[in-house]
Amino acid sequence: MDRKIIPAVAMTSIWGFVGIVAPIFVQFCMRGSPNKGVVQVMLVLTAACCWLFWLCAWMFQLNPLIGPSLETNFIRYIQEEWK
Amino acid sequence: MGSVFRSAEMSLCQIFLQSEAAYTCVSELGELGLVQFKDLNPDVNAFQRKFVNEILRCDEMERKLRYIDKELKKDDMKIPDTGENPKAPAPKEMVDLEATFEKIESELREVNTNAEALRRNYLELSELKEVLKKTQNFFAEHGEGHHTIVDDAQNALVHDEMATTSATAVQLGFVAGVIPREKVPAFERLLWFACRGNVFLRIDEIAKPLEDPVTGDAIFKCVFIIFFQGEQLKLRVRKICEGFRATLYPCPESSQERSEMLNGVSTRLEDLNTVLHQTEDHRHRVLANCLKEIRNWIIKVKKIKAIYHTLNMCNFDVSHNSLIAECWTPVSALENVQQALSHGTELSGSTVPSILHRMHTKETPPTFFHTNKFTKVFQSIVHSYGIASYQEVNPALYTIITFPFLFAVMFGDLGHGFIMFLFGLWMVVMEKKLMSSKSDNEIWNMFFGGRYIIMLMGLFSVYTGFIYNDAFSKSLNMFGSSWHPNYSEPLLDSVETLVLDPEYEFDNVTGPYPFGLDPIWQASKNKITFTNSFKMKLSVILGIGQMLLGVMLSLVNHIYFRNPLNIFTEFIPEIVFLLCLFGYLVGLIFFKWATFTVHCSTCAPSLLIHFINMFLFSYTMPNDNFNYQCDHTNPKLTGCKATTVFYRYQNYAQIALVLGAVLCIPIMLCIKPFVLRARHNRKIRRADNLQAVSQSALIHHEEYPEEVKQILIF
Repeated sequence: MDRKIIPAVAMTSIWGFVGIVAPIFVQFCMRGSPNKGVVQVMLVLTAACCWLFWLCAWMFQLNPLIGPSLETNFIRYIQEEWK
Repeated sequence: MGSVFRSAEMSLCQIFLQSEAAYTCVSELGELGLVQFKDLNPDVNAFQRKFVNEILRCDEMERKLRYIDKELKKDDMKIPDTGENPKAPAPKEMVDLEATFEKIESELREVNTNAEALRRNYLELSELKEVLKKTQNFFAEHGEGHHTIVDDAQNALVHDEMATTSATAVQLGFVAGVIPREKVPAFERLLWFACRGNVFLRIDEIAKPLEDPVTGDAIFKCVFIIFFQGEQLKLRVRKICEGFRATLYPCPESSQERSEMLNGVSTRLEDLNTVLHQTEDHRHRVLANCLKEIRNWIIKVKKIKAIYHTLNMCNFDVSHNSLIAECWTPVSALENVQQALSHGTELSGSTVPSILHRMHTKETPPTFFHTNKFTKVFQSIVHSYGIASYQEVNPALYTIITFPFLFAVMFGDLGHGFIMFLFGLWMVVMEKKLMSSKSDNEIWNMFFGGRYIIMLMGLFSVYTGFIYNDAFSKSLNMFGSSWHPNYSEPLLDSVETLVLDPEYEFDNVTGPYPFGLDPIWQASKNKITFTNSFKMKLSVILGIGQMLLGVMLSLVNHIYFRNPLNIFTEFIPEIVFLLCLFGYLVGLIFFKWATFTVHCSTCAPSLLIHFINMFLFSYTMPNDNFNYQCDHTNPKLTGCKATTVFYRYQNYAQIALVLGAVLCIPIMLCIKPFVLRARHNRKIRRADNLQAVSQSALIHHEEYPEEVKQILIF
């Protein structure tokens, strides 16, 4: 159970940094600039979209209901190489 | 947040301009580019406005410039683009410009007419030369010596017709001329029919095509010579030649006269050639002189015309000898406008300053967005769908990210995305150099204008390429696949393909592939089925997410414009409808992904069928001993399928959701129009009660609210 969550925690924290911490940082860094608002919105939206996209891909494979259909030669190869 | 979040606040200003200073002030305001003038004379006909003469003069100048431009293009002379932006010249200089253009135009026209006449002459002489040469050939074939052509023709005619009357000498006449090659068959046929075969026609092609003086096309022509007997045939032949627009040339009978004429024609042709070349050179020189200046002239004339159009929109106050203009300008630019006005008054040398005066009005101001080079392209994409109303939330701000992101979701290739990113990056880094080398190529300009978008699209495509695990259609294996097949040799020998069972071959301890799709699917035969299911669900989630963002932005609008009616009759039903039906679907997707494992895969609900049944109010209940937990329960005992209810009280919850959503529809459609109508009637009743003439005038000028008009039509 523990090892499974590591990717989730890692990705959430990365995009959380980009989407929550960075805009706050920008708020103080670019105080006078007219583009401050644009940069903040861009950071938040990027983080939200990318995190959601990753989450869908990860959750989709969390509990697979079907498996891949492979040729037996390929299975032999995998069983040798990916020991 | 600045004027990218909403459109800029605008104010209506009145400007009082002195007559002398008016032209320069408007020129300065035009260079500033932050002012929109209102037309104060909308009822006045275009021909009755004050500066109509100046505009006609400008039109005339533009016509001359267009003519010169056309002549330059004919000679393939490209106008150099120096990037200069000259200001509009003072009205006095306009007279000088007009004189210059007049001179150049008349010179060009003269040169062109002369050249055309010379070329026509040249054509005639060349044709005559060909005729003489070919007729020489005709008669050389039929014997030599001092036969006159009459004898030759007589021989030829007699020989062709095999006439019995060989002794009688016949008087034969002939005509020679030139006809375009395409008309030759028809010409022959008509001659044959009309003259009943009593004429003799010889045709010979001219090898080199001759240049038509008017159009400049090269036309292939043929020399012909027709022999006939008698006056009537002569007339008929001439008429036919005229009808086919064949040019006839006088050809002398004897051979010596012909050769003398040929020499004379050759000399004349050489002289003409020299004169023609000199005319062309002169024309070229005149055009080369204009080449440097013409771009500046075109810009100057355009600016003069624009200034006079603007001045036409102002009110002319006779008593104070000043012009009154009304314009919209952003509040943040008022300083700049003041500066431009004072600069303009200075330049014109007038002592009376121009006055800028802010006005308050109930009119809706125009929408204006301050954009820099980065946001400009996104703003123009949004404008192509429609321009936002005054002070509405600007969708372009969010488009900066969502547009490239959705493109990347559709594109999703790491390698190609990286190439796209590099291309965009190159264009952005070399921006200054590429902008200065102006290009006429439309496609290149389109790409260059969208360089920021291309860069962002490439960048997001790299990310989605990682998630789809697709680099030039190959997968990367960075973290190790989570599928570990463990089959024995005999089993592998017996079959061709095997479907891995998630219960035994999937690594549940380390979990799914941490970043993106597992690379094993690249080699599998059912990859498409797998990715289809993923992409369909992803599309639903992303689409509903974006719709939710849009509805939330509309809430921001309603709050800003202090419109509680809209919040209750538009926003709340919209959000309830969206969330009850499609938000519920998204929730079901995540629920199924999180809770249904392979142990109860036969129980895994088909969301599509459940969604359809939700609307049809049809529910299949499972057996009584159905355990709603998904664990090692044997599905056969509980009798669950993809279509059976999969959580307790699902049927009641879904009925409630559908009813809630359906209830929103009449709220959205019916409440707001009646409320608006009641408000309007109340206002009218109040006006009637007061019985004041000025009040009713106010009501009549106040417009019926737009929304009521639109809603009541239904």
